Amino acid sequence: MSYLEYTVKSVPTGLRKVLFLNWPLVLLLTAVAGTGFLMLYSVAGGGYDPWAAPQMKRFGLGVVLMLAVGLVPIWMWRNLAGVAYGISIMLLVAVEFFGAVGMGAQRWIDLGVIRLQPSELTKITLVMFLAAYYDWLPAKKTSRPFWVLLPLLIIFVPTALVLKQPDLGTAILLLAAGGGLMFLAGVHWAYFATVIAAGLALVTAVFQSRGTSWQMLKDYQFRRIDTFLDPSSDPLGAGYHITQSKIALGSGGWTGRGFMQGTQSRLNFLPEKHTDFIFTTLAEEFGFIGGISLLALYALIILFCVFSAIMNKDRFASLLTLGIALNFFLFFAVNMSMVMGLAPVVGVPLPLVSYGGSAMLVLMLAFGLVQSAHVHRPR
Amino acid sequence: MRRSRAETDANHAKLSRRAALLGGAQLLFMGGLAARMRYLQVDQADQFRLLAEENRINIRLIPPVRGEIFDRNGMQLAQNVPSYRIVMVREDAGDVEAVMMRLAKLINLSPEQTARALEELNQNTARFLPITIAEDVSWEAVSAVSVNAPALPGVTPEVGSTRVYPRGSDFAHVVGRVGRVSPKDLEALEDPDAVLRIPRFQIGKINVEAREESLLRGVAGTKQVEVNATGRVMRELERREGQSGADLQLTVDAKLQNYVQARLMGESAAVVIMDCENGDILANSSAPSYDPNLFIGGILSKDYDPLLNDKYRPLVNKTVQGAYPPGSTFKMMTAMAAIEAGIIGPDETVYCPGHLEVGGRRFHCWKRGGHGWVDLETSLKRSCDVYYYDLALKVGIEKISAMSNRFGLGIKHDLALSSVNSGLTPTKEWKLRQRGEQWVIGDTVNASIGQGFMLASPLQLAVMTARLATGREVTPRLVKSVNGIEQPVKGNGPLDMRETNLRKMRKSMYSVVNDRRGTAYRSRIIADGMRMAGKTGTSQVRSAVVNNNEVPWEQRDHALFVSFAPYENPRYACAVLVEHGGGGSTAAAPIARDVMLQALYDGEPPLEAYPTADRGRIKTQQRKLRDVQPEARVKKGKDQA
Repeated sequence: MSYLEYTVKSVPTGLRKVLFLNWPLVLLLTAVAGTGFLMLYSVAGGGYDPWAAPQMKRFGLGVVLMLAVGLVPIWMWRNLAGVAYGISIMLLVAVEFFGAVGMGAQRWIDLGVIRLQPSELTKITLVMFLAAYYDWLPAKKTSRPFWVLLPLLIIFVPTALVLKQPDLGTAILLLAAGGGLMFLAGVHWAYFATVIAAGLALVTAVFQSRGTSWQMLKDYQFRRIDTFLDPSSDPLGAGYHITQSKIALGSGGWTGRGFMQGTQSRLNFLPEKHTDFIFTTLAEEFGFIGGISLLALYALIILFCVFSAIMNKDRFASLLTLGIALNFFLFFAVNMSMVMGLAPVVGVPLPLVSYGGSAMLVLMLAFGLVQSAHVHRPR
Repeated sequence: MRRSRAETDANHAKLSRRAALLGGAQLLFMGGLAARMRYLQVDQADQFRLLAEENRINIRLIPPVRGEIFDRNGMQLAQNVPSYRIVMVREDAGDVEAVMMRLAKLINLSPEQTARALEELNQNTARFLPITIAEDVSWEAVSAVSVNAPALPGVTPEVGSTRVYPRGSDFAHVVGRVGRVSPKDLEALEDPDAVLRIPRFQIGKINVEAREESLLRGVAGTKQVEVNATGRVMRELERREGQSGADLQLTVDAKLQNYVQARLMGESAAVVIMDCENGDILANSSAPSYDPNLFIGGILSKDYDPLLNDKYRPLVNKTVQGAYPPGSTFKMMTAMAAIEAGIIGPDETVYCPGHLEVGGRRFHCWKRGGHGWVDLETSLKRSCDVYYYDLALKVGIEKISAMSNRFGLGIKHDLALSSVNSGLTPTKEWKLRQRGEQWVIGDTVNASIGQGFMLASPLQLAVMTARLATGREVTPRLVKSVNGIEQPVKGNGPLDMRETNLRKMRKSMYSVVNDRRGTAYRSRIIADGMRMAGKTGTSQVRSAVVNNNEVPWEQRDHALFVSFAPYENPRYACAVLVEHGGGGSTAAAPIARDVMLQALYDGEPPLEAYPTADRGRIKTQQRKLRDVQPEARVKKGKDQA
């Protein structure tokens, strides 16, 4: 059922829309962000500066952005999906030429006001565009080879550009999110089996390429993989991060060492304690109880999105909501796996908790789309 | 594009199914994360908590204060004095070079010192760690730095502690010295105390300082500090005070020791004087000596080489380390073995023709003409050799050695000094084992007069004399009290020998000194109640009989003299050895008399104690020695040149 078909009359209009927003979701997001403020306050040694205060301002801005996006009818966003995707690709190409180098990779464009990370934006626009594509495509064509190749191309173009930066973490997230959306849209099982087989082949190829002239990853990326596979091999070098992170996490115990009492973070044993490794600080100071609580909040956000999507008869809205939820899931799942020593250190922040402007704003924008889908669902 | 409701519903149902599937998979993964979190935070919490504590907690040692050492009258022999050093913290200094230049000017650092300090400052990776710029600086330099503190950011004076031996060279062979812990010291220990790894920590290297190390060192305190990832100390968590080392009081008398060292000046000699009652060592002098203070901060080779190359061997503690043929001082042992065994009566006589024929070899008496018929007292008095050859042949080496062991020869006395020698009282079994040769009768003859294989240290000879004088098992003692707690007197039980025999020996030793024909008559004491009894000894270093004055120093005989006094009521026993000094009666006995009188009168004795003929010479000698004041050296900070 397309947006043209449902009874527009039943959709709330004007400021009445505010009443129909997914408020529980807003509350959950605020709770997660609040946890972030608390941890940023803690890692600063008990101060709003330098991290907690800017993060709060950004979250405020994010909430406004979310509501603004949420009040715009979903069909407007559907129409913009292609344009948004196109702009993302252009920006990704632009960073290749004008991008600033940070952490050994070309990732962002300095716009003066904000450092724009096109790869962050691409996570959302890719999902939007794929959702729009599958909304447009008649269901019976979904699994036909040509109509499968087309979305694959849609996914591979930005993925290749991000990989070129090189940002392996985001590239994998894009692939996973795109693949997930194709799965949701109903592409036949066989394709996924093929892709997984191909993926395994690629991993093998990547490892085979090491040390040859066609090496597919930078040396530091290989080293990260090495230390992930065996962190103890280099406890003071590259394995240091993972080792210290696990120590911080484990030393938290059931109830943690208490607010602002985490020794690993306070004494700088933890790397990147305000960004990628902020979860370890939480787990150290509030223990298993604290960690599982945050995980529960994330789980509730995913559940609310999934329920909202299932309740939504609009295919685009449904796919978009699920795609954004999947993106969100991939974010925190990869981050948590990383700090728990289950995944290599790939530089993925903890969504809404880690300090960082552009990631937070992009996420709030995405949840704005979820809100829009929720408010404007056919009734 | 219109789609039928049924198709749309079917599509949505499929989408919902897959959404539920994917959502379920996500929840499953989250469950996995939760399980992993539980594993790390609950199951392995203790291990990780330990690792976190290891990360942040550093245990620093607080070095204990070393115990001080005193003589029997409370005079200080080893003390701790504050020493100052200047340290700089690079982080606080800002412009390190400018501060360094100002500091160098202020306390007169040499360009080399400045360069070395700068190099160390630049090498050091941790900017917050203090680097030592100058060690052992004067108080004036410390004040200058303090006054100019505003111009010298990051520069602070620190106070430490240095060991000082205020009596200088007097006690090098008793108290010994400390020094920095060397890798060899650490290797020698099975489980070295962690405090030894503190830079600049000092441990006893020799003698009392080394042997009583466990008492003197004390126990290190600890402080737990919290450090951050770069090692900077954030705060102190816990402090456990250590325990200072114990103060030791030795049995030695600093005044007497000083006198003895002065009296031995110019000789290569050793004197042990001990209390006959309780075995207290009152003086243990080995000459020449050296100043242990030179060794404290590491000795320079310009100071060390002369000590090492001196033929008088100042680094050797001759009283306990040296083992010399005891010569005629051993004759008491041969006699005691014979009369205790009942082989010969004290009054039985032996004819001395000047030599004795044994196994086809002729053994000479020192007096070529012979002594004629001699009994025990006469033989000892005039030091007849043939009498003892005869006794030894009758009683045998085993009994002689066993007897001398009971008098403390051939036994390693447990004294808090380094390299205490056990000497040697040979037996047939020993010779076979050590030399692989059969014992021959000539060996017994040689041993009877303290020659041949027989070896004893001056300490052992003093112990022997004390035991002869008292008839009790006098055992030497050097540590009088520990932290004010008196140490028990060791041994001191009866020797279990016939008192008549002992009395006969003492009487004979009395004759040696006080009989006009005795070998030590010239070194007698004439004061009433202070009479000395003793025995001279001249132990041969070479085999040929040549006049001492005609051979180089190294080949001359060792002069020995053992004595006790007062004869009627023995208080002190004394052994004197003068290396290559010639005859015991001329080189050793006069020293023994002076030392004995000094001990008996607890200071300079009246001239009346000496025979009239000697008084003039003694008066001059006393005046000369009076000028040698105890070398009271309290170390003052050296000025930086």
